[in-house]
Parts: sequence; C-alpha cells; structure tokens
Amino acid sequence: MKKDIIISGVGGQGILSIAATIGYAALEASLYFKQSEVHGMSQRGGEVQSHFRLSDKPIASDLIPEGKTDMIISVEPMEGLRYISMLAPDGWLITNTTPFVNIPNYPDLDKILDEIKKFPNNIAIDAEKIAKEVGSPKSANIVLLGAASRFLDIDYEILKNAIKTVFYKKGEEVIEGNFRAFEAGRKIAFNL
Amino acid sequence: MKKMVLLGDEAIAQGALDAGISGIYAYPGTPSTEITEYVQFSKQALQDNVKFSWCANEKTAVETALGMSYAGLRSMACMKHVGLNVAADPFINSAITGAIGGFIVVAADDPSMHSSQNEQDSRFYGDFAFVPVLEPTDQQEAYDMVHYGFDLSEKYEIPVLLRITTRLAHSRSNVIVREKRPQNKPKLPTDPIRFVLMPFNARRRYKILLDKQPDLLKESENSPFNRYFNAEDKSLGIIVSGIAYNYLVENFESHKVPFPVLKISQYPLPKEQIERIFDECIEILVIEEGYPFIEDKLRGFLGRGLKIRGRSDGSIPRTGELNPSIVGKALGIEYKTGIKPPEIIVPRPPSLCQGCPHSVTFEALNIALDGYSTGRVLSDIGCYTLGALPPYNSINSCVDMGASITMAKGVADAGFHPVVAVIGDSTFSHSGITGLLDAVNDKSPITVIIADNLTTAMTGGQFSPSIGKIEDICRGLGVEEEHIRIFEPHHRKLNEIVQILKEELNYRGVSVIIPRRECLVTLTKRTREERKKAQAKKV
Ligand SMILES: Cc1ncc(C[n+]2csc(CCOP(=O)(O)OP(=O)(O)O)c2C)c(N)n1
Ligand code: SF4
Repeated sequence: MKKDIIISGVGGQGILSIAATIGYAALEASLYFKQSEVHGMSQRGGEVQSHFRLSDKPIASDLIPEGKTDMIISVEPMEGLRYISMLAPDGWLITNTTPFVNIPNYPDLDKILDEIKKFPNNIAIDAEKIAKEVGSPKSANIVLLGAASRFLDIDYEILKNAIKTVFYKKGEEVIEGNFRAFEAGRKIAFNL
Repeated sequence: MKKMVLLGDEAIAQGALDAGISGIYAYPGTPSTEITEYVQFSKQALQDNVKFSWCANEKTAVETALGMSYAGLRSMACMKHVGLNVAADPFINSAITGAIGGFIVVAADDPSMHSSQNEQDSRFYGDFAFVPVLEPTDQQEAYDMVHYGFDLSEKYEIPVLLRITTRLAHSRSNVIVREKRPQNKPKLPTDPIRFVLMPFNARRRYKILLDKQPDLLKESENSPFNRYFNAEDKSLGIIVSGIAYNYLVENFESHKVPFPVLKISQYPLPKEQIERIFDECIEILVIEEGYPFIEDKLRGFLGRGLKIRGRSDGSIPRTGELNPSIVGKALGIEYKTGIKPPEIIVPRPPSLCQGCPHSVTFEALNIALDGYSTGRVLSDIGCYTLGALPPYNSINSCVDMGASITMAKGVADAGFHPVVAVIGDSTFSHSGITGLLDAVNDKSPITVIIADNLTTAMTGGQFSPSIGKIEDICRGLGVEEEHIRIFEPHHRKLNEIVQILKEELNYRGVSVIIPRRECLVTLTKRTREERKKAQAKKV
C-alpha cells in the first residue's frame, strides 16, 4: 500500500489539521509516513501545501516525486490546481469550491471550476456549505477529509479516532461537529 | 522501544532533552524556531529544570550557551542560517577557546529561500571555524546526532555545528527515542586562561584547535553517519550529503542504487571513503542540498583530472532546493511531465492579515509622505516587510535585521530629508538599538517608526525581548522626550496619526514613533486561552 497526498490551501485554512488527522491514523494503523509542511512567511495568507506520504514500506523522500501524487486534497479551488502537475494520471483531485479571495486578481471562479471539471477523477464540493449544514461551520477541511477517506485505505474507525485525538483539546462539541462533517463528506464521495 | 512522531526540529529538541541538556538559547527564525518552542512547552524540560530563553539575538544566544558549556553543562544555541552571521564572532572564537560541557550550535538553512533573504550554506561556517559539522538525513538521525554531537563536543572540547535545512526541519515522521541520560554537574573550568583570547594565548589555542583536526578526520571516517554502499556498476560513483540521500534512493526500486554511494553526514569530509569512491568509479556525481560545498572542494580550483558532476558544472541546478525529480533527472531517469497547471492560476503572495496594526501605520505613512519623492523609507525584517507589496508599496528596503535605522542614517547623511526607518519591536531589540545610538550621537535627522505589535509575529508569536521597555530604551539612548510619540494604530484615528507623522517628519533630529497595538494572531490566541482558563475555574 502506498498513498502520496498533497494537501493544499491558503495559510490558516486548517491544512495542518487534515495532515495531523491522517498522521494519527497512520500511526494507529502502523503505517510508515512522512509529512512535510510549510511554516513561515507563506502562512500569512499565502499559498501553502503539505506533502503527506503513507506506505506499508519505509519511505525515503519527504517530498513526493513529480507526477506521482495519488490525491490532492484542496481546501481552496485555485490552490488545488496549482499543484496539478504533481498528480499521477489516475490521481484524484478532491477540492472545495468556495474560493478564498485575498488577492485583487483572483480569477473568475467559473473558469476555475471548469478547469477542475476537466479532470475525470475530481470531487468538487462546497465544503463550507456542507459544514454549515451539519452545524459545524469551521469544519470545511474535515468535510474534504471525509470525501478523501474513500481513497485512503485506512479503516473508518481509525480515522474517527484520529479526529477525536486532533480535536480532543477543543472539547466534545467540536469533536462531534467534526464527526458530522467527516460523515457528510464521506457520503458524497461514496455516492458519486 | 518508544516511538514519537516529531518534526525534524522537534526531534533535535527531544534529542537534546534525552541527551542531558541543561540550557537552550535562541532567537526565532524560520525554519529553526520549533526546536526551542518544543523545549519551551515540554514537561520534561520543566521537570529537569532545563533553562530556555528567547534571547535578544543570535549572538547573545551563542554566548550564553558558551557560558553554560564553560560551566561544564551541555548547551545548545539555535538559529536560522542568517542568524549565524550575527553570531559568527562568538561561534568562530568559541572554536578557539574550546568547549567544556557539550556545546552544539544548530543552524537551519533555507534553500529556495522559502522564508529568507538568501540561501547561504552553513557548512562553510563549520569549515571556517574548524569544527565538526553534522548534517542529518532524516528525523531519526536528527534525534541521534544530538546525543552523538554532545559526546563529540565533550571528547574533543570543541563546539559542534548541526546543520539542517527547511525540508527536514518541517517534516514529521516516526522517531525511536532513548532513555534519558543525566545532565552534567556544574563546575567552573580548572584552566580558565584558555578562555582569555589575548594574542599570546589565542595563538596557543589556535594551534590546539588545528592539532585536533587529524582526530576529527578520523572521527568522520569512522562515523556511523558516513556510510559507503557498494554496488556493481562502477561507471558512476555518487557522493550525497544529508537529506539529498533520501531524494537519491527514492528514485530506485526498494531504494537500491545500482552505483556505489557514499553518504556523508559528518564533516570534515571523510578522506578514506572519498579516495575509495574515486579509485573505484569512473565518474563522480555530487548531490548536496545547498551550495556545491563538497563538489567544489573535490574539484579544486583548476578542476583538472577528475570527472566530477554536480551543481557547479550544471548537472544539477545551481540554486534552489532539491527534490526527487531534480535528482532523478541528474541521473538520467526520465520523468513524465505532469499535467500543466491551467494558465488562469495566479500567484498568491503572503499579505498582512485583515486588520493588522501595521496596515494602519503604512496607510498613514503613505499619506504623510505624499508629495515627497519615493525611496526614503528604509525598513527591516518582520511581518511589516509585507508593506513592500501592494496595496501599500510603503517601504523600500529589507536587507538584514536592524539595517533600517542604520541605512536611514546613511541616506540622511547623504543629504536627504525626511528619511524614515520602519522596524519591528523584536527586530529593534535584535539589532536596532545600537544603530539608534549612532543616530542619536550624530543628531541624524531621521524618523524611526518602531512598529510595536508586542510580539515576534513573523515567526509565530514568540516573546519579544524589549516588550514594555521600548520607550525607556529610547530615552536612555538620548532620544528627546518630546520626539517620542506613542499611539494606537487604529483606522478611526488615521487623521491624528498622519498629523503626528507629519510633525516628526519635519523635525531635523532623531524622532521615534511607536504605533502600539497587539498582533491580531497573538491577541486571538491569548483571548482564547484566557477564556478557557476562566471556564476551567468556573467548573
Ligand atoms: C538574523 C536573523 N534572525 C532571524 C530572522 C528571522 N526573522 C525574520 S522577521 C523576524 C521577527 C520580526 O519580529 P518584529 O520585528 O517584532 O516584527 P513582526 O513580525 O512582529 O511584525 C524574525 C525572527 C532573520 N531574518 N534574520
Ligand atoms: S501575524 Fe500579526 S503582525 Fe503579522 S500580519 Fe497578522 S496581524 Fe499583522
């Protein structure tokens, strides 16, 4: 088993929580993993990405080789496309459709969504809306993780435990909200 | 066997705690910050009474760590690569005095300049100072090398440089940790004269340092971190250092490279192994993260005779961070070009947060300077450097920490007025104070804006060393009371702020303007924590 994942978005969008959740799950599933993340200047509203590598064999590089990524999970529609050259021909693009507009020249959203639809393997969901619907508006990132879980090859219970671990400090209510967000995203991916 | 999931930076910190460190000193700087932050919040560090501090700058950090080593205890100073420029004086000279308690300096390089002004390679400093350099390949080696580095430092009474790069610093993986070993007992040196670097003694100490070199070479040749992997195909021999090793093996099935590989993670360069690979192989490829340090050393000035490829000869790009594809391509491995990103994608540069106090300061400054030719705002490094970008376009320089005030003085000395320096509170304590003293002594007509957001924001909100002391420092340096102006940078007060700026821009002497309001990120974090505490009390 090998899964190479890029998680992308804008600094402050909860990319590291997605990575941390997969990390705890990998640990419990006794898989090897390496996760590289961005700290520093870009975290101030710039483009950020995290490389997450999972395998049942030892992993060498912290970075995914070009064109070998199995899945891009993007919390922002344009940001997912930014790393598209990293995606394997049969890889999946799982992305939020709500843009994060903090630049004056943000492209036309419809054009971005059209580009996303060009990929046969895409799941584009309005994660913000779904997060609100399940009563956990801050959990758009976990909605996307839920959708991605279809391709993760990690046991469902293990993933849920990992969510619990990541949000443990924030209390029961937040954990429950994230569970609902996770379920909603997962359902969409399975009903495709 | 206990396993932990750690960033490269955290592995160094945990390694230090388990190897019996007594003190860690740092000035924040990406990608080194998380080493000291880990110790700051570690229960283990608290229990073992490990001293930690965010120092005024990297020079004071290295000197304090050296002091602790002088007193027999293990110590560490951590910084980003350019921090070692600031600390170069104590670093180079500590090699001559030598260490007593294990003494490690960590320098975190930033190839590709993700968050830095340059991509200088700290291995040159190790070479320059004649001290051993350790360069971990992965998180596990980062952890193990701290233990090993302290031992090496104590055995040869020498500082050890631990060099990492961004990718390792900020990548997480499993690390097997060891039993904790006890700290050293404090003891003053029996021969303190060796720390007195007056010429007669410095000459003696320098000779001692040079005499250690053959032994340090032996250590490298026998190091568990320098490894020779033999293979059948001798048409090529690969010399690879640190994290680049991972990118190399990533290109081969089961990580088996068909050519002989010499992996180097400890310097001085292991001569015996290098001779072997040159004897055995027809051509040599050197793969290293950073400058072509090993490659140029091996090629020499004339580059005659040996066939060596690497960054210098263009086989690998001369600048920027490596990755598996770049290394693969240097080996002739074909990479299918991936899908081209659509052209509508635009870059998303970092920017000030919505409502950041600095944004008000820039807005007011732009109004106050309207009518003057541009190019008269010298600035510095911090979140406020983003004021160089649209929509502000307010500042005209960012060179090295502290350079705003001193460069502004130079521009004023060249005859311009008004001239403005914009510097952050943490940068001011790092290296702005001395420059301000120069300006006061010369009565230079400059307006210094110390943008005080009560924290070191750019690197994630660490303690800012001059917090609560800035105006007292300025008074102490001799800035006149009526030209120290303090206000809260709020949008609703814009007119008032512009007025203050205009008044001081007109003054032909040193003025200090302090816009003071907390960084929104630290403010949010602090309020959340306080609310949680209050709730916990109620329950
Ligand atoms: C010699 C050196 N050390 C450390 C850094 C990393 N660094 C850049 S900006 C900064 C903090 C600046 O803090 P402050 O001046 O208070 O400005 P703020 O980010 O809070 O606006 C640090 C630590 C550096 N670039 N150079
Ligand atoms: S982190 Fe703080 S200082 Fe930096 S841009 Fe955001 S609000 Fe401003």
